[in-house]
Amino acid sequence: MKQQYDVIVIGSGPGGLAAAIAAKENGADDVLIIERDIELGGILLQCIHNGFGLELFDEDMPGPAYAQHFIEKAAGLGIETLMDTMVLDITPDRKVYAINKDQGYIDLKARAIVLAMGCRERTRAQILLPGARPAGVYTAGTAQRFVNVEGHMPGENFVILGSGDIGMIMARRLTIEGAKVERVLEIMPYLTGLTRNYVQCLLDYGITLQKQRTVNRIIGRDRVEAIEAVSVDEKWNPIPGSKEIIPCDALLLSVGLIPENELSKKAGVLLDPVTNGPFVDDRFMTSVPGIFAAGNVVHVYDLVDWVTEAGYMAGKGAAQYAQAEKVAAGEHIPFKAGENIRYVVPHKLDKSHLAEDVVRLQMRAINPIEDRVLVTVEDQNGEVIAKKAEPYARPGEILSLTIKPKSYDAVQNATGLTVHVRRR
Amino acid sequence: MKKRYDVIIIGAGIIGSMVARFLSKYKLDILLIDKEVDVGMGTSSANSAAIHAGYDAIPGSNKALTNVMGVEMWPQVSRELGINYDRCGDYVVAVNDQELLVLEELLARGVENGVPGLQIIDGDEMRRREPKIRPDVVGALWAPTGGIGDPFAATIAAAENAVMNGVDLKLNTAFEEFLIEDNKITGVRTSQGDFESRWVVNAAGLYADEVMHKAGVRPEFNIQPRRGEYLILDKADFQLTSTTILFPSPSTKGKGILVASTLHGNVIVGPNANFVESKQNKDVTKEGIEEIWSGGHKLVPGINHRHIIAEFAGLRATGNAPSPNPAVDYNQDFIIEIPDDVQGLVNLGGIESPGFTAAPAIAVKVIELLEEAGEALEERPDWNPIRVPRPVFRHLDREEQAALIAKDPAYGRIVCRCETVTEGEIRAEIHAPIPADTYDALKRRTWLGTGRCQGGFDMPRVVAILSEELGLPSEAITKKGQGSELLFRRTKDVEQDHLTVEDLL
Repeated sequence: MKQQYDVIVIGSGPGGLAAAIAAKENGADDVLIIERDIELGGILLQCIHNGFGLELFDEDMPGPAYAQHFIEKAAGLGIETLMDTMVLDITPDRKVYAINKDQGYIDLKARAIVLAMGCRERTRAQILLPGARPAGVYTAGTAQRFVNVEGHMPGENFVILGSGDIGMIMARRLTIEGAKVERVLEIMPYLTGLTRNYVQCLLDYGITLQKQRTVNRIIGRDRVEAIEAVSVDEKWNPIPGSKEIIPCDALLLSVGLIPENELSKKAGVLLDPVTNGPFVDDRFMTSVPGIFAAGNVVHVYDLVDWVTEAGYMAGKGAAQYAQAEKVAAGEHIPFKAGENIRYVVPHKLDKSHLAEDVVRLQMRAINPIEDRVLVTVEDQNGEVIAKKAEPYARPGEILSLTIKPKSYDAVQNATGLTVHVRRR
Repeated sequence: MKKRYDVIIIGAGIIGSMVARFLSKYKLDILLIDKEVDVGMGTSSANSAAIHAGYDAIPGSNKALTNVMGVEMWPQVSRELGINYDRCGDYVVAVNDQELLVLEELLARGVENGVPGLQIIDGDEMRRREPKIRPDVVGALWAPTGGIGDPFAATIAAAENAVMNGVDLKLNTAFEEFLIEDNKITGVRTSQGDFESRWVVNAAGLYADEVMHKAGVRPEFNIQPRRGEYLILDKADFQLTSTTILFPSPSTKGKGILVASTLHGNVIVGPNANFVESKQNKDVTKEGIEEIWSGGHKLVPGINHRHIIAEFAGLRATGNAPSPNPAVDYNQDFIIEIPDDVQGLVNLGGIESPGFTAAPAIAVKVIELLEEAGEALEERPDWNPIRVPRPVFRHLDREEQAALIAKDPAYGRIVCRCETVTEGEIRAEIHAPIPADTYDALKRRTWLGTGRCQGGFDMPRVVAILSEELGLPSEAITKKGQGSELLFRRTKDVEQDHLTVEDLL
């Protein structure tokens, strides 16, 4: 193995695989993927349900098949891999320190790095869930690994807190395995995952979803024995008289994902407090030159296809950087979250990139609008640079929009671009 | 033939484990029992981890005496047991004139207790030493002998050193009653049978009242569990400028809600102090979290909800024993005695804060009591006070880490990413003198699963390692003993058709 690589990709989920492939395809000679697990694919390997690839391939694949497509492509391109290897540190000048059982300490240097560590799940402490601390409280993703990879049932009678996608998918999976899912509770007045998962995982299996209802207390000394559920108002205050003890032996939490950026911080990468991911430009370069980021490490996506697409962009950017291509030190202008928009990725635009490339924006709405909406990108004078009509806007589903090269001239005079989503 | 012990110690918390460790110095056959699956699972498992300087306790009380003596002993005890201890000093912070007067009282009390180096500093000096303190601080009591310990490591190391020196440890062994003949204790009946002994030490923590009542001692003594809730902050998100403990000015409810560093690099906020009915009620409550958050936030305004990664609660064994010193008017003192009512009992009770600090001193007091009672204690020539700690990967420098991996490749695989815990450390603890055979036992020893993902990544891997090392199916692996199994049956397809590669070949 080499000491120096053009591009080192950290993580081999969909973002990392795509980044490595794009780096290779865009001229990087030596590309290395470092993966902490014993095989490539990241969390896709435990996502044995379908629904992957519809946007990118017009094909409905399970997670491992989707991953396999890219794993084979990466192998065909001669991309090197280090598995069962943990990166301990990254420096701003792009040194990478990792360890594994066979080689011990590994010191590497990269001309460009793509961070693709994905995200982690929020835990009970992060939502300050009260009660006892017995066995049987799991994040939905950990339960998914137990069931789909290890072949073990983490319970028989479940309550699931949170209507995130993994929670709903696990509700179906556990039901298929013969367990009983007593209830899915959601503190918000709306679904936080995809509507299609609500239909296919809960409705089709007769699993009850209760909105504006949450877990008030975990009961059980050794193992979960029950949870106390309670209804809440808009401000999450408990509604008197709404308490109910639901007997169960496991509580799954699907209460949000947080981009995993501890390594990014070590490298000095600046993070957006809203997304918890790095500030990135339109080629997914972070605040540290030569360090790129792709996928859920930047912001939490709804569909894997967009993660792959982000990986391609970041990988291409990393390859170009690695080749010391003069990344036009061109002026960056910020994208701002406007009316009913929580955040916009990328955070800023290198105007020169619009000369030849399309720039894709992805946003999340703050409040649902169950009516036709218009998404617009406007400059500081309110001039519309790009727009897109959608049948609705939901916080659980990413809004996306592209700015095309034809807007090159219009953008040259802009000092900032604001994205809005409004009722049409 | 059944072994007859010289001493049986009931309860393997910090007190019982320290007593066992100090008594193991003598030619005695000792049995240490605990009803739980591991040592240190009661009060020792959930507290502030503070080594208190000793200015809080009422002068002349057992608490004051053993607190100050304990502080003096900790440097040597921690060195011998190979555990971390940081005598970083602590502060009691005042924000108005009335609280400044409280500091004066504490200073006077501390001086009377023999606490060295106490000093009142002004607000500017406090802000200079810890810039993250609330800006309107007007003064603080500085106690240079205050410090931070690790109650998990301390209990485990003390018990392990005792076991190394010949003490028998029986876990999952619940005390049921005393065996008494002619008003003399001859042993104990437990869930695992009878054990004979000349002496029994009551170190049962929260249950010390129930144990002593079985011997007819102090029927009026009563332990009322007093719950303290805590929050832990992500070390990557928030740190104090200095390693220290910040207390508010104390109230009648106790030492108040502190904000402190821990030896694991996190900041801890808590505890409150609320009486609860059940000795098993370690629930975290919504109101409690709000109470400690508001207290912590008042002291250090920079803490943010987003920094919280863990919540837990512990129970104090708050008793109602008057101080043995007639000059002291105090009814919440430690009981450290050989009572007259029955022969053969060393009775320890009401050991709440500063029990962790006082633990080694209480152990020495137990030895003194036994000698006063005519026990001829003879030192063992082969007693080894030194427990060599096992390697902790994250504490080593890079060369040491590389050497460790070269020696044992299991140290090259990180199982817990947030806290950088390796497979080698986990396997070593499973095979230690006191084997860690549950998830939580490994957690307390290696610190795995305590970080920001709270076991989300490591748990399936740790279950697999435990299963392999213990030769048990994954379904038998528990979080904290029987009844807390983490997994149930296999999934359908695996159950029906589980072929290994070997089967196929």
